[in-house]
Amino acid sequence: MLGKRPWKVAAGAAAIVMLAAGCGSGSDEAEGSENTVVLGISEPKHLIPANTTEASGSQVLDSLFYPLVDMNEQKQPIEKAAESITSDDNKVWTVKLKAGFTFSNAEPVTSDSYINAWNNGAYGPNGNDGAYFFERIAGYPDLQSKDPDGEEGPQKAPEPKAKTMSGLKKVDDTTFTITLSAPFAGWKSVLAYTVFYPLPNAAFSSPGVLNEQFEQAPIGNGPFKVVGKWEHDQQITVEKVAGFKGDPVKVDGITWKIYQDQQAQYADLVAGNLDVQTLIPIESLGSAAGDLGDRLKKSPSSDFAFVGFPTYQKEFAKPEVRKALSMAINRKEMTDQIFLGSQTPATSFVSPVVAGYRDNTCGESCVYNPTKAKELYTANGGPAEIKITYNADGGHKAWVDAMCNQIKASLGVNCTGTGEPKFADLLTKVDAKQPVGLIRMGWIMDYPLMENYLGPLYSTTGGSNYYGYSNPAFDSLVKEGSEAATPEAAIKKWQEAEDILAKDMPVLPLRFGQNTFGFSERVTNVEVDLFKKVNIFKIERVAS
Amino acid sequence: MFRYLIRRLLQMVLTFFGATFIVYALMFANQTDPIQALAGERPITEAQRQALTERYHLDEPFIGQYWHYMKSLLTGDFGISLTNRKISEMMADAWPVTIRLALIAIVIVAVVAITAGVISGIRRGGAFDNVTLVLTLIVLSMPIVVLAPLARLIFGIQLGWFPPTATRDAGFYELLLPALVLGSLVVATELRVTRSAVAENLRSDYVRTARAKGLTRRRVVGVHVLRNSLIPVVTLIGVDLGNLMSGAIVTEGVFNIPGVGFNLFRGIRTEDGPLVVGFVSVLVIVFLMVNLLVDLLYAALDPRIRYE
Repeated sequence: MLGKRPWKVAAGAAAIVMLAAGCGSGSDEAEGSENTVVLGISEPKHLIPANTTEASGSQVLDSLFYPLVDMNEQKQPIEKAAESITSDDNKVWTVKLKAGFTFSNAEPVTSDSYINAWNNGAYGPNGNDGAYFFERIAGYPDLQSKDPDGEEGPQKAPEPKAKTMSGLKKVDDTTFTITLSAPFAGWKSVLAYTVFYPLPNAAFSSPGVLNEQFEQAPIGNGPFKVVGKWEHDQQITVEKVAGFKGDPVKVDGITWKIYQDQQAQYADLVAGNLDVQTLIPIESLGSAAGDLGDRLKKSPSSDFAFVGFPTYQKEFAKPEVRKALSMAINRKEMTDQIFLGSQTPATSFVSPVVAGYRDNTCGESCVYNPTKAKELYTANGGPAEIKITYNADGGHKAWVDAMCNQIKASLGVNCTGTGEPKFADLLTKVDAKQPVGLIRMGWIMDYPLMENYLGPLYSTTGGSNYYGYSNPAFDSLVKEGSEAATPEAAIKKWQEAEDILAKDMPVLPLRFGQNTFGFSERVTNVEVDLFKKVNIFKIERVAS
Repeated sequence: MFRYLIRRLLQMVLTFFGATFIVYALMFANQTDPIQALAGERPITEAQRQALTERYHLDEPFIGQYWHYMKSLLTGDFGISLTNRKISEMMADAWPVTIRLALIAIVIVAVVAITAGVISGIRRGGAFDNVTLVLTLIVLSMPIVVLAPLARLIFGIQLGWFPPTATRDAGFYELLLPALVLGSLVVATELRVTRSAVAENLRSDYVRTARAKGLTRRRVVGVHVLRNSLIPVVTLIGVDLGNLMSGAIVTEGVFNIPGVGFNLFRGIRTEDGPLVVGFVSVLVIVFLMVNLLVDLLYAALDPRIRYE
């Protein structure tokens, strides 16, 4: 048969080949045949290291800059751009830089690149989001100024006393020292954060003043450099820097594609226009397993969701009332039914991703036990009316209502969820000490230490302690931990501090987050870290 | 005609100032704490709050802020957004794609609505008329927040006919699906208006006269009836063009188009007064110009209408 009509077979084969070639070239045109990947982000707020604290911006900066240290799998800091970071007393730290690193404009990376960048970042009038990271460095207060008649008053704040922090000293071109205002054993871990990247001289229009246009195409010391400019609301394209001295990357370029809407991003992922989405929207979780198969993955993240008790309201002053409310809710049911298993129940006060975390430090108080909860609640005169206030723009309504229903069923009291338009509105009411009831809260860590949960959330002066919890014994334990000689000794103190929280129950731990991410068939070795960022050193394209 | 134009332009100036003032006042009333809104849930340090408050004149009273804003607006400077970007640049980025989207939508709508409207107007009560009636009722009753994600899911992902998202430099094909969705907002109303206008005009005296003169049916419908029936439809299309530009908030969000609607939404969410007022000012001008154009078109469509 075949032999009789060879031209037919040939024509058929040719047609199939052409069809396949047609398909092939079609998809190549769409995706580009080079070794590049398309990763999804939201529009970054800024692309200046000291002014970048949200995930999208710091994700982009990760590709443009190379950190002094990075965290390894065991959550220990390891040197990257630094040769060594040492200290004898945890107060004066000596940083030695590796030789040979340059910025992508060929300018060498020196001690000044770091010192200038950090001084600029910490300078109060620059209003950087990440300025508070420099607070521990000696001389930081001199860079801040206070408005003499308050924010609303007509007078302008005077210029700060100094423009440079006294704690930063250059030794030579590749060595500098950092003096802290108080010893801190965990300082090396803190240095892994985005705000501690260096800046080239090209970033400054005059000494100490950043060039306005710098963030449109930042120049860094990292494995990639920006192609063209930041195309706002659209994309940022970066390409590999030839001769980069740090860890090798496996792709030649990354397109950071900007999305406003998580579901639009998910649509692009499923349609094959996008390689990685780090957060699958909860609305799409139901169908994601079918759409993506084993390309839907989970990894730990540092998210911690909880509800704060307004300890300034006398109804909630008794720890027993707070414990009873905690026992009245079924965390597991909430994470399974509402979050479809994408989050896990929280029964401790710090996230499992930090060294020193222990399971279930909350103990009996976080175990669902409606009968005991009711006994405890009535015995201690808990209020007959519970209110949970949340910000309505964050998709919290579903679980707040569920939590209310659980409280109603367990304690037999009335419970209502009240939505404020934005988190800012909620804070305004809390600041005015209005009776808002329980306050929905969340926390994402800045650096992987227990202290980053204990300090801001529960200490008296904590930046995020809106619910007014204050316990001097707790405060001093956290401080002792920070000033301890070794990280191990620090963790011990911090764990003691956490035990106090279990007794006082200032907040009601609810859930620990996970990254639920998806990727396309074109990429492999996709890892999403604790900060919701894709590991750009590991990701690679599937050979095709 | 010339005097009419001058009068209209003067009215426009007044309307423009009134509209921007009202929008600015509304944004100001809505503003509780823009610095916190921008930071989301992160705590803000005192020094940072102070620096940003002064940079954006947030500590001044309403009139002071409005004065700062109008002063620079009149010199052609739209100011900077709270995210520290030039608003004029944001507009240059956002307007072209929104205008393309709205124009594609309006052309599709006009073609569909007028053709279908005329046919169902002529064959009133026929099968075509009844089918379009049912279809338009379905489209009318479907809110765009349902329609847009549904269209993306069916045509963008499951059938794969169109790309599920579009970019700023999107061409005709990428914008076609969003334009269809956007157009569905107004197509039903325009179709119904065309139908009733055609139906009404078919019974009028001049049509009977035209028929009696022995004109062909094609000429009677195509020239005499259609021209007179278009007046209410053109009015509607003019108003809708503005609506489509400002009403694209949902569509642009769903299809990830960084246009005007998206910027307005972001500005309102982050309490970014200058951003919202800037975009609305241009929208106001667009509305005013389109309405003037529509009024002038009346005269072209109906020679009995003259402007003095």
